[in-house]
Amino acid sequence: MLDDFFIRALLAGIGIALITGPIGCFVIWRRLSFFAGTLAHSALLGVTMALVFELNIALSVFLISAVIAIFLLQLQTKTNLPNDALLGLLAHSSLAIGLVIIGFLTTIRFDVMGLLFGDILAVSQSDLLLIWGGGIFILIILKIIWKPLFASTINYDLAKAEGMNPDRYNAIFTILMAAIIAISIKIVGLLLITGMLIIPAALARNISNNPVQMSLLSTIGGLLSILIGLFSSLKFNTASGPSIITAALLLFLISLIKIKKFSELKK
Amino acid sequence: MENKKKVLLKVENVGVSMNDKSLVKGVSFEVKQGEIVTLIGPNGSGKSTTAKIALGIYKKIDGKVKTYTNKIGYVPQKISIDWTLPIRVSDFMTLTEELTQDQINIALNLTGVEHLKNKSLSNLSGGEFQRVLIARAISKQPELLVLDEPVQGVDFKGEIALYELIKKISDKMKCGILLISHDLHVVMSATDYVLCLNGHVCCSGTPHHVVQDSKYKELFGDRASNILSLYEHKHDHTHSQDGTIDQK
Repeated sequence: MLDDFFIRALLAGIGIALITGPIGCFVIWRRLSFFAGTLAHSALLGVTMALVFELNIALSVFLISAVIAIFLLQLQTKTNLPNDALLGLLAHSSLAIGLVIIGFLTTIRFDVMGLLFGDILAVSQSDLLLIWGGGIFILIILKIIWKPLFASTINYDLAKAEGMNPDRYNAIFTILMAAIIAISIKIVGLLLITGMLIIPAALARNISNNPVQMSLLSTIGGLLSILIGLFSSLKFNTASGPSIITAALLLFLISLIKIKKFSELKK
Repeated sequence: MENKKKVLLKVENVGVSMNDKSLVKGVSFEVKQGEIVTLIGPNGSGKSTTAKIALGIYKKIDGKVKTYTNKIGYVPQKISIDWTLPIRVSDFMTLTEELTQDQINIALNLTGVEHLKNKSLSNLSGGEFQRVLIARAISKQPELLVLDEPVQGVDFKGEIALYELIKKISDKMKCGILLISHDLHVVMSATDYVLCLNGHVCCSGTPHHVVQDSKYKELFGDRASNILSLYEHKHDHTHSQDGTIDQK
C-alpha cells in the first residue's frame, strides 16, 4: 500500500492543481506569467523574513508578495521602463536580498534547495489544512469575481465603461496570486509554482475553444501532472517537484499533437 | 404631448491631459433619450478621448461628467483579443450582462451575424467583429449607447444597414446614442446634434447649422459642406461620373 507521506503528498498536489488550474488561465490570459514568476521569487525574501521575525511562513510570503505588487505599481508610475524589465529587476533583487539575509542567519539551519524546489513528500497535516482551506477560499473568491474579472481581462475600457470596476478586480486577482504562492511555496517551491500556474493552462489552450472549458482542462492537466509526476518520482526515485513539472511539459507536448489533428479536421 | 426627454449623459467643460499635453479640452454636451449626438473631427482631434471621458474611463479629468443611467453599451474603437484567450462569439455576448440564448440570437440577427455565434472571436474578419461588437452593445438593451466608429471595416452595403439599425434602435429603444463617425454623409443625415472637435469644440449644433460654419469648412474642406445638400437631394437625381446631374 501507499505510505502516509505519499498520500499526503497526493492530497497536497491535488489541492494545488485544483487552484492553479483556473487561476493559471487568468495568468496567461492577462500575460502575467512573468509577474507570477516575480512574486514567486520574492517568496524567498518572505520566508527569510518569517525566520527573522518568527512569523508564520505563509503569512510572511503573502505580505512580501503584496508589498512587491504595490512596489511594482509605484515603479510603473515613476519610470517608463517596460514591464518585463521592472519585473526582472524586482524578481532578482528580491531573491538576492533574501539570500543576503539568509547569510546573516548563521544560527538557523536553512534548506534553500527545499525552498526553491519545495518538498511535497514532507507535507504535514497542517500544511494540508492550509492548502485545502486556503484553496477553497481562493476558488470561491474566483467564482464570485469571475465575470467582472473576465470582462476586465478582455478589455479594460469596455469593462470600465459598462460599470465593472476593473481596477478593483485586477487588485483582487493580484491578491489571489499572492495567496496561492503563499500557500504552495513550501510544497511546490518557488521555481515550480510558476510552472504549475502556466504549463497546465498553456496545454489547455491548445485543446479548448472557450474560457470555461479551458479552465476545466487546465485543472485536469494539472491533476494529471501531479499524479504522473508523483508516481513516477516514487518509481524512479526522482525529485518529486521537478517530476511533476516534467510530466506537465510532456502533457503540453501531447496537446500540441492534438491541435495539429484539429486543424487537419477543420480543412 | 411628449414627455420631456430624459437627459442620460451630461458632460460639462471636460478635458484630459497626458504627460502635460492636453488631448482635448473644454467640451460640453448632453445626450438625451432617443437622441443621437455625433462627434466628428480629424484624426487625433480627441473624439475617442471625449467618449472615454464621458464613460468615466480616465481617472483624472478636468470638468464634470454626470451619467444618469447605468445601462450603458459601449463599442470601443479598438479591441484586440489575444490568441491565448479562447472565446466564442456567444461567450463575448454575455461579457458584462447575463443574457438568454434568445436575446443573444436576436441581437446577432439584427447585425446580420447570427451564423457566427459559435465561431471563435479571433477567427472573425474586421467587419464581422464590428457587427459582433455592435450586437453585444445593443443586446443588453442599454439606455445609453456609445459607439466609437462602429462600422469601421464593414462593407459598404453593411455600413448603410448598420447605420439604419442604429437609427432604428435610438427611435425604438428610446436610448441615447453618442456616436463617433468619419462618415460625414451618414452623420449629417441621421444625427440630432453634431460636435466638431479639434482638440476643443470648433463648432457644434444641428447638422444644418454645423455645415454652414466656416470652421467646419476649414476643417473638412469645402466639399464637406455639400454633403448635406447632396444627401437631401439624393432621391430626385443622380450624379454621373463627371459630376453632371441626371434628372430621374
